[in-house]
Amino acid sequence: MPNAQSGFFEWVFFFVKTYGPMLLKGAGTTLLIALTGTIVGFIIGLAVGYLRAMPCEKENGAARYWLMKAARGLLGVYIEIFRSTPMIVQAMVIFYGMASVFHINLPHLLAGFIIVSINTGAYLSEIVRGGIQSVDPGQMEAGMAIGMTYGQTMLSVVLPQAIRNILPALGNEFVVNIKDTSVLNVISVSELFFVSKSAAGTYLKYFEVFFITSVIYFVMTFTCTRILRWVEKKMDGPKNYDIHGSQTVPDVELIQAKGGASNG
Amino acid sequence: MAENVLQVRHLGKSFGDHEVLRDVDFAVSKGEVISIIGSSGSGKSTLLRCMNLLEKPSGGEVLFHGENIQKPGFDLQTYRARVGMVFQSFNLFANMTALDNCVVGQMKVLKRSRVQAQNIAMAFLEKVGMSAYVRAKPRQLSGGQKQRVAIARALAMNPEVLLFDEPTSALDPEMVGEVLAVMKDLASTGLTMLVVTHEMGFARDVSDRVVFMDGGVIVESDVPEVVFTQPKHPRTREFLARILNE
Ligand SMILES: Nc1ncnc2c1ncn2[C@@H]1O[C@H](COP(=O)(O)OP(=O)(O)OP(=O)(O)O)[C@@H](O)[C@H]1O
Ligand SMILES: [Mg+2]
Repeated sequence: MPNAQSGFFEWVFFFVKTYGPMLLKGAGTTLLIALTGTIVGFIIGLAVGYLRAMPCEKENGAARYWLMKAARGLLGVYIEIFRSTPMIVQAMVIFYGMASVFHINLPHLLAGFIIVSINTGAYLSEIVRGGIQSVDPGQMEAGMAIGMTYGQTMLSVVLPQAIRNILPALGNEFVVNIKDTSVLNVISVSELFFVSKSAAGTYLKYFEVFFITSVIYFVMTFTCTRILRWVEKKMDGPKNYDIHGSQTVPDVELIQAKGGASNG
Repeated sequence: MAENVLQVRHLGKSFGDHEVLRDVDFAVSKGEVISIIGSSGSGKSTLLRCMNLLEKPSGGEVLFHGENIQKPGFDLQTYRARVGMVFQSFNLFANMTALDNCVVGQMKVLKRSRVQAQNIAMAFLEKVGMSAYVRAKPRQLSGGQKQRVAIARALAMNPEVLLFDEPTSALDPEMVGEVLAVMKDLASTGLTMLVVTHEMGFARDVSDRVVFMDGGVIVESDVPEVVFTQPKHPRTREFLARILNE
């Protein structure tokens, strides 16, 4: 163990050697919470964004109209509250609130998942709604005009385009979550920040430990950003397409070989 | 007189207190090709959009084989497959290949199998001369090609009537011909067509009847020979003089 005369690098080396595995485990927890929180948050965002983008007219039934109105109002309140308060405060309120009001002692990790998910959901709801609204309304009209329902057109035409448009924002949310899960240390979730704090506290060497911690955070966010960019590029697909004579389109050829149907 | 496929009765449409259609009355018989002409803002698009309920009429009714399309329980999905629409801005599904554009509706609305739908789609893409581009995404196609795929998409639903809303207005001049050729071909097969157009050549040569609209009402409706050579109404004459001199 280094002593009082030891320099910065000796301490860093010491912490890497003895606390390395623990810090990496914390980093794993951080990534896990960020990833799960982003995915679940995205699912929440899709559902809420879909509901809030849906046209609702009084003529299609008054009961449905008021139900939609009420649901939308509540969802609006959810979004406003979670976007207007810091996640660190949300973590305290939810974790201790569950304990004192409902007498439910959430496991720390589960609480972390829940908090990041609903916080992310609030942000992504608005992003999804914006994504849906950014798709040309002509797409929905074209779907309806060939007889597809609103829901069918939404699922197979509008949402895929909306999701493609918001993918950068989604990736960004994930990277933000990697950093922001650090606030969960206030409810003792053993993510990277929490582990670092304990290690540093033991030896009162905050700079040395958090130097290592910042390197780990940087590597995680940097790598994820690059991977996401690569995925985005892939999703755009090839710039060119092959021109086929109808005879050379494999799957169509296969179908025709089976004896085609006629338009009856 | 052939059977009426579609009938519009006393149709009215207002946006707020802006009355866009007023007491529009006309019938479309089977196999008829009707051109709707008129100046910008006269309500042509709104009329077509009311006919497949993309726009909700404020008054009057639309009958399909005598059945009110707004009556409760009317199967709007099937109706829209039977009465297709081709848009000025194509509106191809941007996330799908040309082939899938023509397949998705068949599967979702007509419940055809993928295999069957692909076969039918291929047949119609072939018909509009786009079979070489089945794998292309809309953004990789020219305007004329997009519009031909859009026509194939509508045809794949096995429609009885096609509504065209200025199908060539967004096209570069050199591409107008290819789309009009496809439409002429369709007209000759006996498909019932309602075409809002600024292509007076098409209206005169291809359609059985020309409807002139102005200010939300049908001013004149007759065979092309009459509308183009001896229009009864001064507003028709004015419009034709203006547009034919362009
Ligand atoms: N959704 C809408 N809300 C309000 N006003 C509208 C709407 N759609 C159309 N209008 C108005 O209705 C009138 C008729 O429009 P419409 O698009 O039917 O004309 P048009 O004959 O198709 O013209 P164009 O040749 O320019 O396409 C216009 O004055 C237009 O501003
Ligand atoms: Mg128009």
